[in-house]
Amino acid sequence: MQKTTRSYREGAKRVAPLAPASASFGVAYGVLAVTAGMGVLAPIVMSATTFAGAAQFAAASVIRDGGSVLAAVGAAVLLNARYLAISVAIAPAFRGSRLRRLFESQLLVDESWAVSQVGGGRIERRMLIGAGALLFPCWVGGTALGVFGGDVLGDPKRLGLDAAFPALFLVLLITLTVSRRAIIAAVAGGLIALALLPITPAGVPVIAAGAVCLAGLRGR
Amino acid sequence: MSTTWLVVLLVGAFTIAFKATGPVLLGGRELPSRMTDAFELLAPSLLAALVVTQAVGGKEAIVLDARLVGVAAAIVAVRLRAPLIVAIVVAAVATGLVRAL
Repeated sequence: MQKTTRSYREGAKRVAPLAPASASFGVAYGVLAVTAGMGVLAPIVMSATTFAGAAQFAAASVIRDGGSVLAAVGAAVLLNARYLAISVAIAPAFRGSRLRRLFESQLLVDESWAVSQVGGGRIERRMLIGAGALLFPCWVGGTALGVFGGDVLGDPKRLGLDAAFPALFLVLLITLTVSRRAIIAAVAGGLIALALLPITPAGVPVIAAGAVCLAGLRGR
Repeated sequence: MSTTWLVVLLVGAFTIAFKATGPVLLGGRELPSRMTDAFELLAPSLLAALVVTQAVGGKEAIVLDARLVGVAAAIVAVRLRAPLIVAIVVAAVATGLVRAL
C-alpha cells in the first residue's frame, strides 16, 4: 500500500515542474481557440478529450485560417499518431477491466510517458497515471481560463516555459539512454527528426524517428 | 454540425483510440519478445525526436532561438547533479532571461 501511494505520487512529483508550463500553454490554447472562432465550450471539450497540446494548437490554427475539416483533422491526427505506437509499447503495464484500462490510457501524454520510464522501454503504470492526473486538470483548467479570462498570463514563451518541455525530455533521455543500442537509437532518432523538420508536416519527424525502433526487430 | 465541432469530435475520437489501442486490446499481456526488443528503442528514439522538434522546431522549419540556451542550461544543471525539477526551472529561467534582453 505504501509503495502504491508512492508510485502515483512519484509520477506526479516528477512531472510537477511542468505543471505551470502545461497550465499556461492551456491558457494560450484557450485564447487561440476563441480567436479562431471555436466558441467557449468546444475548446474545453477538446482539451478534455484530445488532451494533446501540439495537435490542438495545430487544429485551432487551421480553423482560424479558414482551412477545411480534413486539413484540421489531418494535421492533428498526424501529430498524435505517435500515441498509437506508444500505447502498444506500454500495453503490458495496464491491468484491470477493459473500461478501467480505457480511462487510464487517456492519461497518456508525452510527459507522463516520459517520466514513468523505468528502463528497457518499460513504464510504471502508476507513475504514468499520477503524472497524467496532475497534468490533465492543469491543461483543461488552463484552457477554461484562457477561454473565459483571455490572455491573463501573457505569452508563456516570454517566461521561457516553452523550453521546459525539451529540457524535461532531454534530461530523461540522458538518464535513460545507457545501452549501446539505446544510444544509437537516440542519435538516429534525433538526426531523422532534424532532417525531416524543415521538409515534412508537423508530426512526421517524430513518427519517422520512432520507426527507427523497428530496426531493433532485426538487430541483436 | 459546425466545422469546429466536427474537428473536436473527429480529433478526439482518433486520439482516444490511439491512446487506448494498446492498453484496451493488449493490456496486461506480455508482448512477443521481438516486439519488446523493438519497443526498448522506442523510448530513446522518440525522446530524442521530441527534444529536437521542441527545441528547434518551427513551422516546417528549423528555428534556432532562446530555447537552445535553456536546454543547454538544463544540461549543465544535470551535469552539476541538480535534480530534474531544478534543471527544468533553470531551462525556463535561462530562456526567459535571454528573451528579456
